[in-house]
Amino acid sequence: MSTAPAPRRVAAPRLVSFVLEHRLEPPRWAALTPLFAIAFALLVSALILALVGGDPVRSYVHIFNAAFGSVGVVSDTLVKATPLILAGLACALAFRMGLWNIGAEGQLLLGAWGGSAVVLVPLLPAGTPGIVLIPAMLLAGFACGALWGLIPGYLKARLGVNEIIVTLMLNYIAFAWLEYWVFGPWTEGGFQMTRQFPKEAWFPRLTDFSAAVPAFAGLTVHLGFVIALVAAGVVWFIVRRSRWGYVIRLIGDSPQAARYAGIDIRRNIMLVFLVSGGLAGLAGVSEVGGVVHRLQDHISPGYGFTAIIVAYLARFNPLGVVVTSVLFGALILAGREIQPSGVPAMIQGIILFSLIASDVLLRYRVRVRRGA
Amino acid sequence: MQPSPGPETPLPTDRPPLAVELRGIVKHFPGVLANDMVDFDLRAGEVHALLGENGAGKSTLMNVLAGLYRPDSGEIRVDGRLVDFRSPRDAIAAGLGMVHQHFTLVPSQTVTENILLGLDQPRFRLRLGRFEGEIGALSERFGLRVDPRAKIWQISVGEQQRVEILKMLYRGVRILIMDEPTAVLAPQEVEELFRTLRAMTASGHSIVFISHKLGEVLAIADRITVMQRGRVTAAGIPAGGTSRSELARLMVGRSILETVERTRGRPGEVVLSLQDVEAENDRGLPALRGVSLDVRAGEILGIAGVAGNGQSELAQVITGLRPCRGRIRLAGRETANRSAGHAIDRGIAHVPEDRTGVGSAPNLSVTDNLIMKRYRQPPIAHGWVIDSAEARRVAEHLRDDYQIVAPSVETAVRLLSGGNLQRLILAREIESQPRLMVAVQPTRGLDVGAIEAVHRLLLARRDTGSATVLISEDLDEILGLADRIAVMYEGRLHGPFDAEAVDVHGLGLLMTGGEWQPRAADAAAGAAGSALP
Repeated sequence: MSTAPAPRRVAAPRLVSFVLEHRLEPPRWAALTPLFAIAFALLVSALILALVGGDPVRSYVHIFNAAFGSVGVVSDTLVKATPLILAGLACALAFRMGLWNIGAEGQLLLGAWGGSAVVLVPLLPAGTPGIVLIPAMLLAGFACGALWGLIPGYLKARLGVNEIIVTLMLNYIAFAWLEYWVFGPWTEGGFQMTRQFPKEAWFPRLTDFSAAVPAFAGLTVHLGFVIALVAAGVVWFIVRRSRWGYVIRLIGDSPQAARYAGIDIRRNIMLVFLVSGGLAGLAGVSEVGGVVHRLQDHISPGYGFTAIIVAYLARFNPLGVVVTSVLFGALILAGREIQPSGVPAMIQGIILFSLIASDVLLRYRVRVRRGA
Repeated sequence: MQPSPGPETPLPTDRPPLAVELRGIVKHFPGVLANDMVDFDLRAGEVHALLGENGAGKSTLMNVLAGLYRPDSGEIRVDGRLVDFRSPRDAIAAGLGMVHQHFTLVPSQTVTENILLGLDQPRFRLRLGRFEGEIGALSERFGLRVDPRAKIWQISVGEQQRVEILKMLYRGVRILIMDEPTAVLAPQEVEELFRTLRAMTASGHSIVFISHKLGEVLAIADRITVMQRGRVTAAGIPAGGTSRSELARLMVGRSILETVERTRGRPGEVVLSLQDVEAENDRGLPALRGVSLDVRAGEILGIAGVAGNGQSELAQVITGLRPCRGRIRLAGRETANRSAGHAIDRGIAHVPEDRTGVGSAPNLSVTDNLIMKRYRQPPIAHGWVIDSAEARRVAEHLRDDYQIVAPSVETAVRLLSGGNLQRLILAREIESQPRLMVAVQPTRGLDVGAIEAVHRLLLARRDTGSATVLISEDLDEILGLADRIAVMYEGRLHGPFDAEAVDVHGLGLLMTGGEWQPRAADAAAGAAGSALP
């Protein structure tokens, strides 16, 4: 090789070049990146809307009004946010430990099924008061979601099976399982839905108290939202303050260091999948008990998948999940109001892309170099 | 494009021409000025050692030269011509290559395949026979013994290094940079490497030899450049006109003792006892083949050996991280094949080989890393809850006691320097008041000051009556600290011998699979000494 004249590049003058430099520490504005990402995504979406001949300003005003324009729609937004919070917590907890549970959708469906079973089998006799029935539904939903989550947890812990594949595939099985029950044993007149739950099984809504507080009339926010907020608080406490949370963070950062610290990683994989699945299961119960009041085949428009974005956007912070869930609840709600309804879905996608891209800026500093 | 590793015709001048000339090199990393106006030159046909502590900027400077980094400012001339390398490929095309500390070889492929990797020959059909011949001839010429048909995973680390050198020679490199090449070698292999380097300079190659080992630098280099904190403290001084102590002073800016003053331990009762322990490595191959040893309270048992002879597995077996056969007893009770958690509860502390991957969680805070082994116990744990105020207090206390330099205890440990991270790990392990301390390569990659601190901590621990197993590749460290010394070679333990009865030569022979016995009288004394209660 050395016989050929070696190409020696002489420093060529260039006007401007960009260099990525490793950052030693995350920048001070790190916590604000989700906001930047959202703003950037709205900007890009506005550009696309303008390009296809829409009016971005009007669209955004419309979306905002559809989601936050009145007490009534805010309540609707919170209803949409409820399953997102619970499923988002499920994802945030698992992701924090480095477990990629993308099966929140399936765990949600199993939770809905379990909660419904209490009413439909019935596991508790007809006429059981709500104060007993609803906790029983929640418990059953949590348990079913948890067991569904335990399958990938067990396979991962014992056999090292990739949890992404298993959780993804189990979503389809969960959906088929649900369909079997709503088409078969529990069908109402051959439609893909069960009979309506008795009133005792309905989660209390604000509107139910309109006799006492007239302002609550028509507000559909239900018990599930309270449960979601409590769950967010509990998960936050677990992750930040408890021994178990320390273990989760340690395994999430370095499984090898955790093993070295004497932690049983297999056991914790199963535990986290159990709790994660249970939280997603609660989202399912909350939907059947608080919104649909029956089990049907399409009870989730992909809450379990949106929850992945929600958790990511919140940087796995349980309290942040509440905020991002409300945002995405608003986008889902606006999807019904705005035509074409794909616009909010597009915005969701662009937000996620912006967010993932902004990770680069968290880890690197862009330097502009002039000349050579 | 035939490979022609032969020497270029030297320019007809009285003085040897400069192969490389670096002028005013500046390289910033965020928060660090790694190279501050550094000048360096390399004459054709010389070995020029670049000496300095870790973090002095030696590797950075050579990475700039080899095209891996681009300098912020400064000039690079190769054979008198100004160059601007944008990648190592450019540098190699200009006849300049680097052998890094961490090899870049494909384990499942043969030596020949690895050498050809990335070249445009062979074109399509892999007729390797011809290339094997060429590579064989090349390796013979420079004394780089290696079988061209062997797969990388089958050959030793020393042989892998030869493959890396061959890779460069085959690409026609005339200027070779070697980054800490002796770190992975046994003493005999070092000798062999030096013979190769001399053969290379004799045929007109020029070599930059990066090291922080004074003895080696004096043995091989024609000239020496010393760096300290990004600056050159001595430029190209002839190796004949300097001394170890002079170089040490230039390296650290003060006169230092090379080792902590050696004291004898006072061995007590047996704390750890292994009998016929066997274990497999991660690939399922035998790593420990019947290891038996006793470690006593108040002594340091040094285990020497070239990396990969079972030392890592031995440490893992003792600390409960790897399953094994045979018996392991700690203070009389069986501990083999229990969990790592069990080992911790029984009072076994572990300073692991891999500080960043195993010994710490890089993105967690100093506090979180310091409580790793005691987050289960009060006062840090209150039942299920961690008392974060108490954890912080403990962390601040340890930080001050062990002089861990960190902006705050909330800082992520990945931002700490190697020496500070090691101090953190030692602080955590020592504070657990262990019966037995297993320290693996505790000073690898640390600078002189940090090494001294680590050695003092280990000796202090020994003097409190704790048993210590010190596993190290650094013979000076083993000889300086251990009361008894054993050598691991291919999963078997030779010794232990009394530290007074062994020397570098003997240990080196054992480390490379040779035969050696301590002098009879000393051996008897060593055996008697180890049999005393």
